[in-house]
Amino acid sequence: MRRFSWFNTVSLTLGFAFLYLPMVLLVFYSFNESRLVTVWAGFSTKWYGELLRDEAFLDAAWVTVKVAVFSSTLATILGTMAAYVLVRAGRFHGRTLFSGMIYAPLVMPEVITGLSLLLLFIGINLDRGVFTIVLAHTTFSMCYVSVVVSSRLTTFDRSLEEAALDLGCSPFEAFRLVTLPIIAPAVISGWLLAFTLSLDDLVIASFTTGPSATTLPIKIFSAVRLGVSPQINALSTIMIAIVTVGVITASILSKRAAVAQRRDEQAAIRAE
Amino acid sequence: MAQTAFAPWTDPDQKPIIEFRNVTKSFGDFTAIHDLSLNIYEREFFALLGPSGCGKTTMMRMLAGFETATSGHIFLSGKDIGHVPPNQRPVNMMFQSYALFPHLSIWDNIAFGLKRESKDKNFIGDRVEEMLRLTRLTKFAKRKPHQISGGQRQRVALARSLAKAPKLLLLDEPLGALDRKLREQTQFELMDIQEKTGTTFVIVTHDQEEAMTVASRIAVMDEGNLVQVATPAQIYEAPNSVYVADFIGDVNIIEGRATQPGEKTGIAWAEGQPPILATPTKSLQAGQAVHFAIRPEKVTIDVEKPDRPNTFRGKVIDIAYLGNISTYHVELAGGQMIKAQMVNARRLANRPITWEDEVWVGFTDTAGVVLEE
Amino acid sequence: MRRLVLIAIPYLWLLALFLVPFLIVLKISLSDIALARPPYMPQLDLSAGWEGLKSFFSELDFENFVFLTTDDLYWKAYLSSLKIAVVSTFLTLLVGYPVAYAMARAPEEWRPTLLMLVILPFWTSFLIRVYSWMGILSNEGVLNQLLMWLGIIDTPLQIMNTTTAVYIGVVYTYLPFMILPIYSALEKLDGSLLEAAEDLGCSRLEAFWLVTWPLSRNGIIAGCFLVFIPTIGEFVIPSLLGGSDTLMIGKVLWEEFFSNRDWPVASAVAVVLLLILIIPIVLFQRNEQKQREAEG
Repeated sequence: MRRFSWFNTVSLTLGFAFLYLPMVLLVFYSFNESRLVTVWAGFSTKWYGELLRDEAFLDAAWVTVKVAVFSSTLATILGTMAAYVLVRAGRFHGRTLFSGMIYAPLVMPEVITGLSLLLLFIGINLDRGVFTIVLAHTTFSMCYVSVVVSSRLTTFDRSLEEAALDLGCSPFEAFRLVTLPIIAPAVISGWLLAFTLSLDDLVIASFTTGPSATTLPIKIFSAVRLGVSPQINALSTIMIAIVTVGVITASILSKRAAVAQRRDEQAAIRAE
Repeated sequence: MAQTAFAPWTDPDQKPIIEFRNVTKSFGDFTAIHDLSLNIYEREFFALLGPSGCGKTTMMRMLAGFETATSGHIFLSGKDIGHVPPNQRPVNMMFQSYALFPHLSIWDNIAFGLKRESKDKNFIGDRVEEMLRLTRLTKFAKRKPHQISGGQRQRVALARSLAKAPKLLLLDEPLGALDRKLREQTQFELMDIQEKTGTTFVIVTHDQEEAMTVASRIAVMDEGNLVQVATPAQIYEAPNSVYVADFIGDVNIIEGRATQPGEKTGIAWAEGQPPILATPTKSLQAGQAVHFAIRPEKVTIDVEKPDRPNTFRGKVIDIAYLGNISTYHVELAGGQMIKAQMVNARRLANRPITWEDEVWVGFTDTAGVVLEE
Repeated sequence: MRRLVLIAIPYLWLLALFLVPFLIVLKISLSDIALARPPYMPQLDLSAGWEGLKSFFSELDFENFVFLTTDDLYWKAYLSSLKIAVVSTFLTLLVGYPVAYAMARAPEEWRPTLLMLVILPFWTSFLIRVYSWMGILSNEGVLNQLLMWLGIIDTPLQIMNTTTAVYIGVVYTYLPFMILPIYSALEKLDGSLLEAAEDLGCSRLEAFWLVTWPLSRNGIIAGCFLVFIPTIGEFVIPSLLGGSDTLMIGKVLWEEFFSNRDWPVASAVAVVLLLILIIPIVLFQRNEQKQREAEG
C-alpha cells in the first residue's frame, strides 16, 4: 500500500551511497595494478598474492583469530552469567556496583580502558602478550554480551522455568534444559558481537599487548598511518567479503527459520 | 420519542448534508466500494454496519479525506469535496485507536485543532473548557494521555474531534476498545452529546447492538455494497435480505417454496408437514424459492397444541438459560431446527418444559418475514 | 550457595579487571613521574605496614591536575574534543534523520533489508571503514580527482589531515548509531496520529513538526549521545584522518603514554576525561530510563 515518496527515495539513496561507496571504492582499488592506490592502471590481483606471502600479516591474522575465539567464548560465558545475575538473582549486596560495572565499559573511552588494564598488568607483573589481550577483550566484551542476553532474559516467560522446576528439574537443569535453549539465539549473537569487537579492536590491544603478539588491527594501523597501501586494500576486501557473506548467510538462515515456523504454525491451525 | 419525529430522509424537500453519488473505490485489483450512492442528513446519527472488510472504513476515510474515490463524487453541503485535503475539510474524525498525541496534555490535545485555525487565545481557552465540561474531563486537563483510563481517553478523543465544531463527525469503532459495561454507558453518552451539539455523526461499527442503540439510521454493508439502509426498527423487523436478517440479531431461517400466492402465502418447507402461513411484502409466484425468517422471541412454545394455524410439533434438544430469558432449541419433524425464546417472568417457576419433551412451537402469520432468493 | 558462586564469578572478574585497574589509574594520576620501572612514585610498600600506607598517602598530590591546567595543550585538547564531538554529532543527526525517517516510511517488506544494510557496517572493521576515507580524501584521492575532472577546482583541496576529514570520519563511522534509535522511535509512531493531526487542520509540514519530531525526540537524544560520548575519547579517526592541528584528547593521552612515557600525566588526562564524560553519560542514562518508563 505504501510507496516510496521522492523525498524518501532521495534520502535513502544518498544515505546508503554514503555508507557503502567508500567500501566499494576500497574493494575496487584493491584490484589496481598500480602501487598508487588512486590511479587506475589496470586489473590485477597481485596485491592479494603479496599479502598472502607476507608472513607478518599471516602471523597477525592468526594471533587475532586466536584472541577473538578465546576472548569471545570466555566473554559469552561470563556475560551470560552476569545477565542472569542482573535479571534473575534479585537483590544482593553490591548489586548497584555490579550493574554499574556492566554498563560502564560500554561508554568508557577505549583509551582509558586500555590504559587502566595496562597499568594493572604492569602492577602485577604479568607478561604481556596473547593472554593479556584475551583478558582485556573478555572484560569489555562480556559487558556487551550481558546487555544482549539480559534484554532477551527480561522478555522471557518466567513461568517456563517454574514449570521445569515443578516437573522436577533442579535449578541448574532448568537452566540447561529450558532457559538456555530459549535464549540461545541471544547468546549466539552475543558471541558473534564479542568476536567482532575483538577482531576490530585496535586501541585496547595496543595498550595490553607485548612485543610478542601483534594483532591484525595493530598491523593495519601501523601500515596505514603513513598513507594508503594497496596491500591493506586487499586485506580489507577479504575482511569485508567474510563479514558480508557471514551476515547475509545468518540473516537468510534466521529468515528461513522464521518462515518455517510460520508455516508449521499455519499447518497446525489447518490440521485442527 | 424524538426518533419518530426526526425523519428527514422521508422528506423530499430536505437537502442531504452528505451525498455519495455513484462512488467506486479500488485499491489495485481489489474493489472496496462498488458504485455506491447514499444520502445522509443533517443531525443524523448514521451508522455504517458490516463485518470487517465490507468497505465501511473506506467510506469513512473517503469522507475524512484520507482516500479519494476512484470514480463518482462525494458532496458535503452540496459541494464536491473529492479533492479537498483532510486538513481543509469541515469534517473531523475520532480514530479507532483514539490517536491521542502522547506528548501533549489532555488540554493541548483538545486545543490542537483549534490552534491550527485561530490565534485568539481566549477563544481557544473557552472552547477547550467547554469541551472538557461536556465530556466531564475538567479534572484531567493537565494529565498526559497515558495517565488516564481507557474510558477517559475515549472522551478526550471525542472532545478533540468535536472542538472545532465540525459539520460532520466521523467515529471509527469509537467504543471498540472499551469493556462491555463501559461501552453500554458510553453509547448513551454519545447520543446525549450528539443531541446537545447538534452535529451530524457517522459511526462505523461491526457491532450490531451498538448500531441499533445509537443510530437514527443504519446502512448495512457487505463486500462494498449497501444491502439495506433503514431505521434500526425496520432493519430488525423488516430485513430485506437473508444477509441482513442473519447479521442483525438472532434469527431462524427456513427454506421453502411458495404455494397458493396471494395476500397470505403458504410456504412448503418439509415433506408431510403443513405449510407455514406468512404475509409477504410483495406478490410471489407459485413454486418460487423463498426464505422464511422469524426471530426467536416471536416463536412461542407450548406443551399442549394451541388452537391456531402455524403450529408445529417438535422435540426440545437444548435449553440455554440466560437469566432474563431462556432459549429453546427445538427439532421439528424433518430435522429443521428452530429457536424459541421465552421471557422468564416468574422467579424459579417450575419450568414445565425440559429436555426431550415433545412440544408445540408456533407463531402468528405476520410474525415472520418472507425473503426472496 | 550456587547463587553465590553465580554472582561471585562475573563480579570478581569485573572487580579485578575493571574497577581495580581504574583505581590504579586514579592512584597513578596522583603520583609523580620517576625515572624508574615502573616510571612513577610513590610505590605502595605493604611490607612497611601502617607506616608505609601513611607515607604512601602523604606523597600523593594533585600536581598532575594542576599541570593539566597550566599547560594549555591539555585544556585546548579537551575543548577541541568537545567542539569536534558537538559539531560532528550535529552533522550526524543532519545526515541520519532523513535516512531513519525514510526507512520508517518505507514499505513494510523493505524495512528488514534496509535495517540490515544499516547494521552491516557495524560488523565490518571500524579501522577499515576509517581507512577507506584516506583513499578518497587525500590530495590524489578519488574526491579530488572527480572534482578536478568535473572542472570545479583546479588544484586539489586539502581535506585529508584536517578537522574536516575528522568530521567526515566521525559522521561516517557513527552514522548507524544515530539512525537506529531514531528509526526505532519513528517506526513505533502510530500512523493514525499523523492522520489525526491532518484531520485537525495541520499541513503535512506542520504535522511533522508538531507530532513526528517531538515523538522522535527520545530517539534523537539517544542517537546524539551514542555519537557524542565515544567521539570525545576517539583515537583512531583523528590519528588517521586528522592533521597535526587536530587536537583530540584521546590522541593526546596516547601520545603522553607511548611517546612521552609520562604515566602520571596520562592517568590524570584519563581521569579528567572521565569526569567530563560523566555528565553526558548520566544524562543519557536518564533519557533511557524515562523512555523505558514511558513505554512500560
